[in-house]
Amino acid sequence: MRGILAESCDSVAPRAVYGVLLNFRDELAALGNAVDQKPYNQPPRGPVLYVKPANTWIGDAGRIPLPAGESVVEPGATLGIVFGRTATRVSEREATEYVAGYCVINDVRLPHTSFYRPALRQLCRDGFCAIGARVVAHDQAGDVAALTLRTYINGALQHESNTAGLVRSVPRLIADITEFMTLSPGDILMLGVAAGRPAARAGDRIRIEVPGIGAIENPVVAADGAAGNRRAS
Amino acid sequence: MKHARVAYAGAVHNAVEVAGRLQLTDGRTPAEHEVVWLPPFVPRTIFAVGLNYADHVKELAFSKQEEPLIFLKGPNAIAGHRAQSRRPAEATFMHYECELAVVIGKTARDVARTHAYEHVAGYTVANDYAVRDYLENYYRPNLRAKNRDALTLLGPWLVDAADIADPMNLSLSTRVNGKLTQEGTTKNMIFDVPFLIEYLSAFMTLSPGDVILTGTPEGVINVNVGDAVVTEVEGVGKLTNFIVADAAFGIGREASL
Repeated sequence: MRGILAESCDSVAPRAVYGVLLNFRDELAALGNAVDQKPYNQPPRGPVLYVKPANTWIGDAGRIPLPAGESVVEPGATLGIVFGRTATRVSEREATEYVAGYCVINDVRLPHTSFYRPALRQLCRDGFCAIGARVVAHDQAGDVAALTLRTYINGALQHESNTAGLVRSVPRLIADITEFMTLSPGDILMLGVAAGRPAARAGDRIRIEVPGIGAIENPVVAADGAAGNRRAS
Repeated sequence: MKHARVAYAGAVHNAVEVAGRLQLTDGRTPAEHEVVWLPPFVPRTIFAVGLNYADHVKELAFSKQEEPLIFLKGPNAIAGHRAQSRRPAEATFMHYECELAVVIGKTARDVARTHAYEHVAGYTVANDYAVRDYLENYYRPNLRAKNRDALTLLGPWLVDAADIADPMNLSLSTRVNGKLTQEGTTKNMIFDVPFLIEYLSAFMTLSPGDVILTGTPEGVINVNVGDAVVTEVEGVGKLTNFIVADAAFGIGREASL
């Protein structure tokens, strides 16, 4: 069932997009002992998921509006797993059989330090999820457990991470999530974003590069109060 | 007008209610039990409001918040009237939540509460289950507790906004196997429908098909396999749901092969 999507697609029209918080070991380390204290009380057991709704989706070159009253956004270099088959309660061993391919995503957010409540105001602004159109088939993607993720702002490298730093690997994540929720063709599951996100301001250009998968570049623009951003693709 | 989507005689149909009966667009009028009820519209972004009734907040021992607790759900969670919902065998507390669901009909960005209702297409009934055993304190309520397959039911009808004179004065109730277990009124919402539309549209664009599940009053109790659960919102509809065991989904069968 591999190769259900062409190796190179003109556009990605997701069905649903999910992100995972604290799926990089350095993100968990940054929380330190806080995970044992209120309000968290204990380290996360299951994957910490969130939804990036349709108003956040933009394509390559789409504008990321900086919300009024905010000074920065945090780019989030990540890899999107694009599903090609309906996945319910799949095992870790079989998990990648359900993957159509991978794409580059900039999972943008506003800075926030409390992860206790769902952070819609920080995660779900218009234009806060830039999705690369190119989907690289699973068997063309190389070792997805050793992919480099780079963030450039105005051409300067500001952040670099590697999927070797994941808490849950691609197969483990798919197994743990599909235990309770079905992922369907067109759903995208983002692997997570490593600690130390840089900050981007209005006028900046953010480029996310994942060698072997692709790149995506988007400008951050001052909010003009108009009715949000439109998908570029 | 009340609108539904149903599967009947080999095809999916739009339907309306005429004199208490379903009437398909093609004129046929099957009985309620002869059709498969689908969610009455295909939801785009699904918002759910937690802790939005003063009595329910007290019941769960939370203090009142400054801003609404809102979380999102995925398409996997949604099913229609008379759907089956799986109760994991290991769970000790799975409960229904009877809610008024508000369906957006017109794009909304920076909408003032005085104009909020202009953006509402209609209303439906929601039953948004929680499996409390799986609650964790990161982006709480987390998806494992609140976004399980077919545990968010919508329907039977999408009722035109024009037919609901005052959405903030509707009684809600839940019956488990015919016994009344939950009662409330939308009058007791902490953050009312116009507020929620104003609040959300201040930081994100709402679009047609987006739906806001507005929260549940007190009276949530554990349900068990075999239960029939009916959540009702006055003038909007009665949404029936059946609790089934893991075995119906082949869970446990794999292990025994």
